[in-house]
Amino acid sequence: MTAPAAATHGAPTPDPTPRVSAMTWVSVFVRTLAIQGSWNYETLLGNGVGFALEPALRRLPGGVRGDAFKAAIARESAYFNAHPYLTSVAIGALAKAELSGVPPERIERFRTALCGPLGSVGDRLVWAGLLPFSSLVALIAFGIGVRPLAVLLIFLALYNTGHLGLRIWGLRVGWTRGLAVAGALANPVLRNGPAYIARASAAVAGIAIPLTVARVVGPSRLLLEDALVVGAVIAVGLVRVHGRVEGWKLVLVLIALFALVSVAR
Amino acid sequence: MRELLPLSMLGGLLGLDVVCFPQMMISRPLVGATVAGAFVGDTASGLLVGATLELIALATLPFGASRYPEWGSAAVVGGAIAAALHAEPAGTLTVGVLATLATAWVGGWTLVKLRVWNAWLARRKRGALEHGSRGAVVGLQLAGLTSDLVRAMILTAVAYGLILPVARAMVAVWSFDEHLSRAVTAGAASAVAAAAAWTIFHSARGARWYFAGGLLIGLMFLAMR
Repeated sequence: MTAPAAATHGAPTPDPTPRVSAMTWVSVFVRTLAIQGSWNYETLLGNGVGFALEPALRRLPGGVRGDAFKAAIARESAYFNAHPYLTSVAIGALAKAELSGVPPERIERFRTALCGPLGSVGDRLVWAGLLPFSSLVALIAFGIGVRPLAVLLIFLALYNTGHLGLRIWGLRVGWTRGLAVAGALANPVLRNGPAYIARASAAVAGIAIPLTVARVVGPSRLLLEDALVVGAVIAVGLVRVHGRVEGWKLVLVLIALFALVSVAR
Repeated sequence: MRELLPLSMLGGLLGLDVVCFPQMMISRPLVGATVAGAFVGDTASGLLVGATLELIALATLPFGASRYPEWGSAAVVGGAIAAALHAEPAGTLTVGVLATLATAWVGGWTLVKLRVWNAWLARRKRGALEHGSRGAVVGLQLAGLTSDLVRAMILTAVAYGLILPVARAMVAVWSFDEHLSRAVTAGAASAVAAAAAWTIFHSARGARWYFAGGLLIGLMFLAMR
Protein backbone atom coordinates (compact mmCIF):
# COMPACT_ATOMS: atom_id res chain seq x y z
CA MET A 1 0.00 0.00 0.00
CA THR A 2 3.00 2.30 0.31
CA ALA A 3 3.31 3.09 -3.39
CA PRO A 4 -0.30 4.25 -3.99
CA ALA A 5 -0.16 6.39 -0.84
CA ALA A 6 3.04 8.04 -2.04
CA ALA A 7 1.50 8.61 -5.47
CA THR A 8 -1.51 10.29 -3.85
CA HIS A 9 0.80 12.85 -2.25
CA GLY A 10 2.55 13.55 -5.58
CA ALA A 11 5.83 11.83 -4.64
CA PRO A 12 7.39 9.62 -7.40
CA THR A 13 6.83 5.87 -7.03
CA PRO A 14 10.19 4.22 -6.27
CA ASP A 15 11.38 1.89 -9.03
CA PRO A 16 12.52 -1.41 -7.45
CA THR A 17 14.80 -2.14 -10.44
CA PRO A 18 18.50 -1.38 -9.73
CA ARG A 19 20.21 0.95 -12.18
CA VAL A 20 22.35 -0.71 -14.85
CA SER A 21 25.36 1.27 -16.05
CA ALA A 22 26.07 2.05 -19.70
CA MET A 23 29.22 -0.08 -19.51
CA THR A 24 27.17 -3.05 -18.34
CA TRP A 25 24.80 -2.59 -21.29
CA VAL A 26 27.77 -2.44 -23.68
CA SER A 27 29.05 -5.68 -22.15
CA VAL A 28 25.61 -7.32 -22.47
CA PHE A 29 25.30 -6.13 -26.07
CA VAL A 30 28.72 -7.47 -27.10
CA ARG A 31 27.87 -10.80 -25.47
CA THR A 32 24.60 -11.01 -27.40
CA LEU A 33 26.73 -11.04 -30.56
CA ALA A 34 28.21 -14.33 -29.27
CA ILE A 35 24.92 -15.72 -28.03
CA GLN A 36 25.20 -18.82 -30.24
CA GLY A 37 28.79 -19.51 -29.13
CA SER A 38 27.90 -22.77 -27.41
CA TRP A 39 24.82 -23.64 -29.50
CA ASN A 40 23.99 -27.32 -29.14
CA TYR A 41 21.14 -29.75 -29.74
CA GLU A 42 20.20 -30.00 -26.04
CA THR A 43 20.03 -26.50 -24.54
CA LEU A 44 20.21 -24.64 -27.89
CA LEU A 45 20.68 -20.94 -27.04
CA GLY A 46 20.29 -21.48 -23.30
CA ASN A 47 23.89 -21.07 -22.20
CA GLY A 48 24.23 -18.05 -24.48
CA VAL A 49 21.33 -16.33 -22.74
CA GLY A 50 22.97 -16.89 -19.34
CA PHE A 51 26.30 -15.68 -20.74
CA ALA A 52 24.78 -12.48 -22.18
CA LEU A 53 22.78 -11.71 -19.02
CA GLU A 54 25.65 -12.35 -16.65
CA PRO A 55 27.04 -8.77 -16.52
CA ALA A 56 23.59 -7.41 -15.63
CA LEU A 57 22.94 -10.14 -13.05
CA ARG A 58 26.04 -9.06 -11.11
CA ARG A 59 23.83 -6.20 -9.87
CA LEU A 60 21.72 -8.65 -7.87
CA PRO A 61 22.01 -8.44 -4.04
CA GLY A 62 25.21 -10.16 -2.88
CA GLY A 63 26.95 -9.86 -6.25
CA VAL A 64 28.42 -12.87 -8.07
CA ARG A 65 28.82 -14.82 -4.82
CA GLY A 66 25.24 -14.26 -3.70
CA ASP A 67 22.48 -16.87 -3.83
CA ALA A 68 20.30 -14.60 -5.95
CA PHE A 69 22.97 -14.42 -8.66
CA LYS A 70 23.55 -18.18 -8.67
CA ALA A 71 19.85 -18.96 -8.84
CA ALA A 72 19.38 -16.47 -11.68
CA ILE A 73 22.37 -17.80 -13.67
CA ALA A 74 21.10 -21.37 -13.28
CA ARG A 75 17.62 -20.33 -14.43
CA GLU A 76 18.81 -18.28 -17.38
CA SER A 77 21.27 -20.87 -18.70
CA ALA A 78 18.58 -23.51 -19.19
CA TYR A 79 17.07 -24.42 -22.57
CA PHE A 80 16.11 -21.47 -24.76
CA ASN A 81 15.32 -21.24 -28.45
CA ALA A 82 14.58 -18.17 -30.55
CA HIS A 83 16.04 -16.18 -33.40
CA PRO A 84 19.53 -15.07 -32.27
CA TYR A 85 18.99 -11.39 -33.06
CA LEU A 86 15.56 -11.13 -31.45
CA THR A 87 16.81 -12.96 -28.37
CA SER A 88 18.00 -9.50 -27.31
CA VAL A 89 14.32 -8.69 -26.61
CA ALA A 90 14.28 -11.58 -24.16
CA ILE A 91 17.66 -10.56 -22.70
CA GLY A 92 16.43 -7.03 -21.93
CA ALA A 93 13.14 -8.26 -20.46
CA LEU A 94 14.78 -11.04 -18.42
CA ALA A 95 17.39 -8.62 -17.04
CA LYS A 96 14.59 -6.36 -15.85
CA ALA A 97 12.61 -9.25 -14.39
CA GLU A 98 15.58 -10.73 -12.54
CA LEU A 99 16.75 -7.38 -11.16
CA SER A 100 13.20 -6.43 -10.13
CA GLY A 101 12.81 -9.58 -8.06
CA VAL A 102 10.02 -11.15 -10.13
CA PRO A 103 9.21 -14.64 -8.74
CA PRO A 104 11.31 -17.39 -10.43
CA GLU A 105 8.31 -19.45 -11.60
CA ARG A 106 6.92 -16.38 -13.42
CA ILE A 107 10.27 -15.75 -15.09
CA GLU A 108 10.45 -19.38 -16.24
CA ARG A 109 6.94 -19.24 -17.71
CA PHE A 110 7.78 -15.98 -19.45
CA ARG A 111 10.99 -17.47 -20.88
CA THR A 112 9.14 -20.45 -22.30
CA ALA A 113 6.37 -18.30 -23.76
CA LEU A 114 8.81 -16.01 -25.61
CA CYS A 115 10.60 -18.75 -27.58
CA GLY A 116 8.01 -19.32 -30.29
CA PRO A 117 7.17 -15.70 -31.20
CA LEU A 118 10.80 -14.52 -31.15
CA GLY A 119 11.79 -17.43 -33.37
CA SER A 120 9.11 -17.10 -36.02
CA VAL A 121 9.23 -13.28 -36.24
CA GLY A 122 13.03 -13.31 -36.54
CA ASP A 123 13.11 -16.04 -39.15
CA ARG A 124 10.65 -14.21 -41.39
CA LEU A 125 12.10 -10.75 -40.86
CA VAL A 126 15.82 -11.57 -41.02
CA TRP A 127 16.56 -14.91 -42.66
CA ALA A 128 13.78 -14.73 -45.23
CA GLY A 129 13.72 -10.93 -45.51
CA LEU A 130 16.68 -8.72 -44.66
CA LEU A 131 19.39 -11.22 -45.64
CA PRO A 132 18.21 -12.10 -49.17
CA PHE A 133 17.23 -8.46 -49.78
CA SER A 134 20.71 -7.21 -48.84
CA SER A 135 22.37 -9.92 -50.94
CA LEU A 136 20.27 -9.09 -53.97
CA VAL A 137 20.90 -5.34 -53.73
CA ALA A 138 24.64 -6.04 -53.53
CA LEU A 139 24.34 -8.33 -56.57
CA ILE A 140 22.69 -5.52 -58.52
CA ALA A 141 25.65 -3.33 -57.62
CA PHE A 142 27.97 -6.11 -58.83
CA GLY A 143 25.91 -6.52 -62.00
CA ILE A 144 26.15 -2.87 -62.98
CA GLY A 145 29.91 -2.89 -62.48
CA VAL A 146 30.39 -1.27 -59.10
CA ARG A 147 33.91 -1.75 -57.68
CA PRO A 148 34.49 -4.80 -55.42
CA LEU A 149 34.99 -2.88 -52.18
CA ALA A 150 31.84 -0.85 -52.77
CA VAL A 151 29.82 -4.03 -53.46
CA LEU A 152 30.93 -5.48 -50.13
CA LEU A 153 30.27 -2.22 -48.28
CA ILE A 154 26.77 -1.94 -49.75
CA PHE A 155 25.94 -5.46 -48.59
CA LEU A 156 27.48 -5.17 -45.13
CA ALA A 157 26.11 -1.67 -44.44
CA LEU A 158 22.59 -2.55 -45.56
CA TYR A 159 22.47 -5.84 -43.68
CA ASN A 160 24.11 -4.68 -40.48
CA THR A 161 22.06 -1.51 -40.19
CA GLY A 162 19.08 -3.82 -39.83
CA HIS A 163 20.94 -6.47 -37.84
CA LEU A 164 22.54 -4.24 -35.23
CA GLY A 165 19.50 -1.95 -35.12
CA LEU A 166 17.31 -4.93 -34.32
CA ARG A 167 19.59 -6.11 -31.53
CA ILE A 168 19.81 -2.63 -29.94
CA TRP A 169 16.05 -2.09 -30.27
CA GLY A 170 15.46 -5.51 -28.72
CA LEU A 171 17.55 -4.78 -25.64
CA ARG A 172 15.92 -1.36 -25.17
CA VAL A 173 12.35 -2.50 -25.61
CA GLY A 174 12.93 -5.58 -23.46
CA TRP A 175 14.41 -3.53 -20.62
CA THR A 176 11.74 -0.83 -20.90
CA ARG A 177 8.73 -3.14 -20.99
CA GLY A 178 9.96 -6.08 -18.92
CA LEU A 179 7.47 -8.93 -18.76
CA ALA A 180 4.99 -6.90 -20.84
CA VAL A 181 7.33 -6.99 -23.82
CA ALA A 182 5.10 -9.32 -25.85
CA GLY A 183 3.14 -6.26 -26.97
CA ALA A 184 6.27 -4.91 -28.66
CA LEU A 185 6.17 -7.83 -31.07
CA ALA A 186 3.04 -6.26 -32.54
CA ASN A 187 5.28 -3.39 -33.74
CA PRO A 188 4.30 -2.62 -37.38
CA VAL A 189 7.88 -3.25 -38.56
CA LEU A 190 7.84 -6.76 -37.11
CA ARG A 191 4.24 -7.48 -38.10
CA ASN A 192 4.14 -6.08 -41.64
CA GLY A 193 7.85 -5.71 -42.39
CA PRO A 194 8.37 -9.26 -43.72
CA ALA A 195 5.61 -8.86 -46.32
CA TYR A 196 6.97 -5.50 -47.54
CA ILE A 197 10.54 -6.81 -47.63
CA ALA A 198 9.35 -9.92 -49.50
CA ARG A 199 7.76 -7.80 -52.24
CA ALA A 200 10.80 -5.53 -52.48
CA SER A 201 13.09 -8.57 -52.55
CA ALA A 202 11.04 -10.18 -55.30
CA ALA A 203 11.46 -7.05 -57.44
CA VAL A 204 15.16 -6.79 -56.60
CA ALA A 205 15.64 -10.51 -57.40
CA GLY A 206 14.13 -9.96 -60.83
CA ILE A 207 16.71 -7.25 -61.52
CA ALA A 208 19.69 -8.86 -59.80
CA ILE A 209 19.66 -12.33 -61.32
CA PRO A 210 20.03 -11.39 -65.02
CA LEU A 211 22.48 -8.58 -64.24
CA THR A 212 24.69 -10.88 -62.16
CA VAL A 213 24.67 -13.61 -64.80
CA ALA A 214 25.50 -11.04 -67.50
CA ARG A 215 28.53 -9.76 -65.62
CA VAL A 216 29.79 -13.27 -64.87
CA VAL A 217 29.30 -14.54 -68.43
CA GLY A 218 30.99 -11.55 -70.04
CA PRO A 219 30.45 -9.95 -73.46
CA SER A 220 28.89 -12.88 -75.37
CA ARG A 221 25.17 -12.09 -75.78
CA LEU A 222 24.38 -15.53 -77.20
CA LEU A 223 25.90 -17.34 -74.22
CA LEU A 224 24.10 -14.97 -71.86
CA GLU A 225 20.74 -15.74 -73.47
CA ASP A 226 21.45 -19.48 -73.33
CA ALA A 227 22.51 -19.26 -69.68
CA LEU A 228 19.35 -17.35 -68.71
CA VAL A 229 17.01 -19.68 -70.63
CA VAL A 230 18.62 -22.87 -69.31
CA GLY A 231 18.69 -21.34 -65.83
CA ALA A 232 14.97 -20.52 -66.05
CA VAL A 233 14.13 -24.08 -67.15
CA ILE A 234 16.12 -25.64 -64.30
CA ALA A 235 14.57 -23.14 -61.86
CA VAL A 236 11.07 -24.24 -62.85
CA GLY A 237 12.14 -27.84 -62.31
CA LEU A 238 13.56 -27.00 -58.88
CA VAL A 239 10.37 -25.23 -57.85
CA ARG A 240 8.28 -28.22 -58.97
CA VAL A 241 10.36 -30.68 -56.92
CA HIS A 242 10.52 -28.24 -54.01
CA GLY A 243 11.93 -29.81 -50.86
CA ARG A 244 13.07 -33.02 -52.54
CA VAL A 245 16.19 -31.63 -54.24
CA GLU A 246 18.46 -29.00 -52.73
CA GLY A 247 19.48 -26.50 -55.38
CA TRP A 248 23.08 -26.11 -54.26
CA LYS A 249 23.65 -29.87 -54.33
CA LEU A 250 22.18 -30.07 -57.83
CA VAL A 251 24.56 -27.31 -58.95
CA LEU A 252 27.45 -29.16 -57.36
CA VAL A 253 26.62 -32.29 -59.34
CA LEU A 254 26.02 -30.41 -62.61
CA ILE A 255 29.22 -28.39 -62.38
CA ALA A 256 31.23 -31.44 -61.33
CA LEU A 257 29.98 -33.32 -64.40
CA PHE A 258 30.77 -30.34 -66.62
CA ALA A 259 34.28 -30.12 -65.16
CA LEU A 260 34.78 -33.84 -65.62
CA VAL A 261 33.85 -33.63 -69.29
CA SER A 262 36.05 -30.58 -69.80
CA VAL A 263 39.04 -32.32 -68.26
CA ALA A 264 38.48 -35.74 -69.82
CA ARG A 265 37.77 -34.88 -73.46
CA MET B 1 51.57 -22.17 -50.09
CA ARG B 2 52.84 -19.19 -48.09
CA GLU B 3 49.26 -17.97 -48.11
CA LEU B 4 47.99 -21.03 -46.22
CA LEU B 5 48.34 -19.58 -42.71
CA PRO B 6 46.71 -16.19 -43.39
CA LEU B 7 43.98 -17.92 -45.39
CA SER B 8 43.27 -20.41 -42.61
CA MET B 9 43.05 -17.50 -40.14
CA LEU B 10 40.65 -15.69 -42.47
CA GLY B 11 38.65 -18.90 -42.92
CA GLY B 12 38.57 -19.30 -39.14
CA LEU B 13 37.16 -15.81 -38.60
CA LEU B 14 34.59 -16.11 -41.37
CA GLY B 15 33.63 -19.63 -40.28
CA LEU B 16 33.08 -18.28 -36.77
CA ASP B 17 30.75 -15.62 -38.17
CA VAL B 18 28.40 -18.21 -39.70
CA VAL B 19 26.81 -19.14 -36.37
CA CYS B 20 28.85 -18.15 -33.31
CA PHE B 21 30.18 -14.60 -33.51
CA PRO B 22 29.21 -11.93 -34.58
CA GLN B 23 26.86 -13.11 -37.37
CA MET B 24 27.41 -9.88 -39.31
CA MET B 25 27.36 -11.94 -42.51
CA ILE B 26 31.00 -11.34 -43.33
CA SER B 27 30.76 -15.10 -43.91
CA ARG B 28 28.52 -14.71 -46.97
CA PRO B 29 30.25 -16.00 -50.10
CA LEU B 30 30.15 -12.56 -51.72
CA VAL B 31 32.31 -11.20 -48.91
CA GLY B 32 34.42 -14.26 -48.11
CA ALA B 33 35.46 -15.11 -51.65
CA THR B 34 36.23 -11.48 -52.53
CA VAL B 35 38.36 -10.91 -49.45
CA ALA B 36 40.16 -14.23 -50.00
CA GLY B 37 40.80 -13.25 -53.62
CA ALA B 38 42.30 -9.97 -52.39
CA PHE B 39 44.52 -11.92 -49.96
CA VAL B 40 45.94 -13.97 -52.82
CA GLY B 41 46.28 -10.95 -55.10
CA ASP B 42 43.30 -11.02 -57.45
CA THR B 43 40.20 -9.40 -55.97
CA ALA B 44 38.30 -9.51 -59.28
CA SER B 45 38.47 -13.32 -59.53
CA GLY B 46 37.38 -13.62 -55.91
CA LEU B 47 34.43 -11.29 -56.51
CA LEU B 48 33.36 -13.23 -59.60
CA VAL B 49 33.31 -16.49 -57.62
CA GLY B 50 31.65 -14.75 -54.66
CA ALA B 51 28.83 -13.25 -56.74
CA THR B 52 28.13 -16.59 -58.45
CA LEU B 53 28.06 -18.34 -55.08
CA GLU B 54 25.86 -15.65 -53.58
CA LEU B 55 23.20 -16.59 -56.12
CA ILE B 56 23.42 -20.19 -54.93
CA ALA B 57 23.53 -19.23 -51.25
CA LEU B 58 20.15 -17.49 -51.53
CA ALA B 59 18.63 -20.96 -51.30
CA THR B 60 20.30 -21.89 -48.02
CA LEU B 61 19.00 -19.76 -45.19
CA PRO B 62 20.30 -20.54 -41.69
CA PHE B 63 17.00 -21.45 -40.03
CA GLY B 64 17.44 -22.71 -36.46
CA ALA B 65 18.79 -26.22 -36.10
CA SER B 66 18.59 -27.03 -39.81
CA ARG B 67 21.70 -28.33 -41.54
CA TYR B 68 23.09 -25.93 -44.12
CA PRO B 69 26.38 -25.47 -45.99
CA GLU B 70 29.06 -23.56 -44.12
CA TRP B 71 29.78 -20.75 -46.57
CA GLY B 72 32.33 -18.78 -44.52
CA SER B 73 35.41 -21.02 -44.67
CA ALA B 74 34.30 -22.51 -47.99
CA ALA B 75 34.12 -19.12 -49.73
CA VAL B 76 37.66 -18.39 -48.58
CA VAL B 77 38.84 -21.65 -50.15
CA GLY B 78 37.00 -21.05 -53.45
CA GLY B 79 37.89 -17.38 -53.76
CA ALA B 80 41.55 -18.02 -52.99
CA ILE B 81 41.78 -20.91 -55.48
CA ALA B 82 40.19 -18.86 -58.25
CA ALA B 83 42.56 -15.99 -57.50
CA ALA B 84 45.59 -18.27 -57.37
CA LEU B 85 44.75 -19.73 -60.80
CA HIS B 86 43.71 -16.49 -62.51
CA ALA B 87 46.58 -16.71 -65.02
CA GLU B 88 44.63 -19.51 -66.76
CA PRO B 89 41.13 -18.05 -66.95
CA ALA B 90 39.29 -20.95 -68.64
CA GLY B 91 37.73 -23.07 -65.93
CA THR B 92 38.94 -20.91 -63.05
CA LEU B 93 35.46 -19.71 -62.06
CA THR B 94 33.96 -23.19 -62.39
CA VAL B 95 36.72 -24.79 -60.35
CA GLY B 96 36.48 -22.04 -57.69
CA VAL B 97 32.73 -22.55 -57.36
CA LEU B 98 33.15 -26.32 -57.28
CA ALA B 99 35.81 -26.08 -54.56
CA THR B 100 33.54 -23.85 -52.48
CA LEU B 101 30.49 -26.10 -52.80
CA ALA B 102 32.47 -29.21 -51.84
CA THR B 103 34.06 -27.44 -48.86
CA ALA B 104 30.70 -25.96 -47.80
CA TRP B 105 29.20 -29.46 -47.79
CA VAL B 106 31.95 -30.79 -45.53
CA GLY B 107 31.75 -27.59 -43.47
CA GLY B 108 28.03 -28.17 -42.85
CA TRP B 109 28.90 -31.63 -41.52
CA THR B 110 31.59 -30.20 -39.22
CA LEU B 111 29.04 -27.70 -37.83
CA VAL B 112 26.78 -30.59 -36.85
CA LYS B 113 29.72 -32.30 -35.13
CA LEU B 114 30.55 -29.04 -33.34
CA ARG B 115 26.99 -28.89 -31.97
CA VAL B 116 27.29 -32.46 -30.72
CA TRP B 117 30.64 -31.55 -29.11
CA ASN B 118 29.08 -28.49 -27.45
CA ALA B 119 26.27 -30.68 -26.09
CA TRP B 120 28.85 -33.10 -24.66
CA LEU B 121 30.67 -30.22 -22.96
CA ALA B 122 27.37 -28.89 -21.58
CA ARG B 123 26.46 -32.34 -20.19
CA ARG B 124 29.79 -32.50 -18.37
CA LYS B 125 29.07 -29.13 -16.75
CA ARG B 126 25.41 -29.83 -15.97
CA GLY B 127 25.93 -29.99 -12.21
CA ALA B 128 27.85 -26.73 -12.12
CA LEU B 129 25.26 -25.04 -14.34
CA GLU B 130 22.41 -26.18 -12.10
CA HIS B 131 24.23 -24.63 -9.14
CA GLY B 132 24.57 -21.33 -10.98
CA SER B 133 28.29 -21.45 -11.62
CA ARG B 134 29.37 -18.31 -13.45
CA GLY B 135 32.62 -20.02 -14.46
CA ALA B 136 30.75 -22.89 -16.09
CA VAL B 137 28.55 -20.57 -18.16
CA VAL B 138 31.43 -18.39 -19.33
CA GLY B 139 33.73 -21.40 -19.82
CA LEU B 140 31.21 -23.24 -21.99
CA GLN B 141 30.68 -20.20 -24.15
CA LEU B 142 34.41 -19.62 -24.63
CA ALA B 143 34.99 -23.34 -25.31
CA GLY B 144 32.29 -23.31 -27.99
CA LEU B 145 33.68 -20.18 -29.63
CA THR B 146 37.24 -21.51 -29.59
CA SER B 147 36.17 -24.90 -30.95
CA ASP B 148 34.34 -23.23 -33.82
CA LEU B 149 37.31 -21.01 -34.64
CA VAL B 150 39.68 -23.99 -34.65
CA ARG B 151 37.20 -26.06 -36.68
CA ALA B 152 36.95 -23.40 -39.37
CA MET B 153 40.72 -22.79 -39.47
CA ILE B 154 41.48 -26.50 -39.90
CA LEU B 155 38.74 -26.89 -42.50
CA THR B 156 40.08 -23.97 -44.53
CA ALA B 157 43.69 -25.14 -44.35
CA VAL B 158 42.91 -28.76 -45.21
CA ALA B 159 40.49 -27.92 -48.01
CA TYR B 160 42.78 -25.34 -49.59
CA GLY B 161 45.82 -27.59 -49.24
CA LEU B 162 44.06 -30.57 -50.80
CA ILE B 163 41.99 -28.86 -53.49
CA LEU B 164 44.52 -26.35 -54.87
CA PRO B 165 46.81 -28.96 -56.54
CA VAL B 166 43.79 -30.78 -58.00
CA ALA B 167 42.30 -27.49 -59.21
CA ARG B 168 45.62 -26.49 -60.78
CA ALA B 169 45.81 -29.80 -62.63
CA MET B 170 42.21 -29.47 -63.83
CA VAL B 171 42.65 -25.92 -65.12
CA ALA B 172 45.83 -26.95 -66.94
CA VAL B 173 43.89 -29.43 -69.11
CA TRP B 174 40.58 -27.54 -69.20
CA SER B 175 39.18 -27.91 -72.73
CA PHE B 176 36.06 -25.74 -72.76
CA ASP B 177 36.18 -22.07 -73.71
CA GLU B 178 36.34 -19.58 -70.82
CA HIS B 179 33.05 -17.89 -71.68
CA LEU B 180 31.19 -21.17 -72.13
CA SER B 181 32.48 -22.36 -68.76
CA ARG B 182 31.33 -19.15 -67.13
CA ALA B 183 27.93 -19.34 -68.83
CA VAL B 184 27.32 -22.91 -67.64
CA THR B 185 28.32 -22.05 -64.07
CA ALA B 186 26.37 -18.80 -63.93
CA GLY B 187 23.32 -20.39 -65.60
CA ALA B 188 23.24 -23.17 -63.00
CA ALA B 189 23.66 -20.62 -60.19
CA SER B 190 20.88 -18.43 -61.58
CA ALA B 191 18.52 -21.42 -61.58
CA VAL B 192 19.07 -21.90 -57.86
CA ALA B 193 18.63 -18.16 -57.21
CA ALA B 194 15.38 -17.95 -59.19
CA ALA B 195 13.97 -21.05 -57.50
CA ALA B 196 15.03 -19.67 -54.11
CA ALA B 197 13.41 -16.31 -54.84
CA TRP B 198 10.17 -18.07 -55.68
CA THR B 199 10.30 -20.27 -52.59
CA ILE B 200 11.06 -17.39 -50.22
CA PHE B 201 8.83 -14.66 -51.62
CA HIS B 202 5.89 -16.27 -53.41
CA SER B 203 3.66 -16.31 -50.33
CA ALA B 204 3.72 -12.48 -50.14
CA ARG B 205 0.73 -10.98 -51.92
CA GLY B 206 1.63 -9.79 -55.43
CA ALA B 207 5.27 -10.91 -55.11
CA ARG B 208 5.21 -12.71 -58.47
CA TRP B 209 4.26 -9.44 -60.18
CA TYR B 210 7.03 -7.60 -58.39
CA PHE B 211 9.44 -10.30 -59.55
CA ALA B 212 8.16 -10.07 -63.13
CA GLY B 213 8.48 -6.27 -63.02
CA GLY B 214 12.02 -6.51 -61.70
CA LEU B 215 12.92 -9.08 -64.33
CA LEU B 216 11.61 -6.78 -67.04
CA ILE B 217 13.76 -3.92 -65.74
CA GLY B 218 16.81 -6.18 -65.52
CA LEU B 219 16.37 -7.50 -69.05
CA MET B 220 15.72 -4.01 -70.43
CA PHE B 221 18.91 -2.82 -68.76
CA LEU B 222 20.82 -5.64 -70.46
CA ALA B 223 19.17 -4.95 -73.83
CA MET B 224 20.19 -1.29 -73.68
CA ARG B 225 23.85 -1.99 -72.94
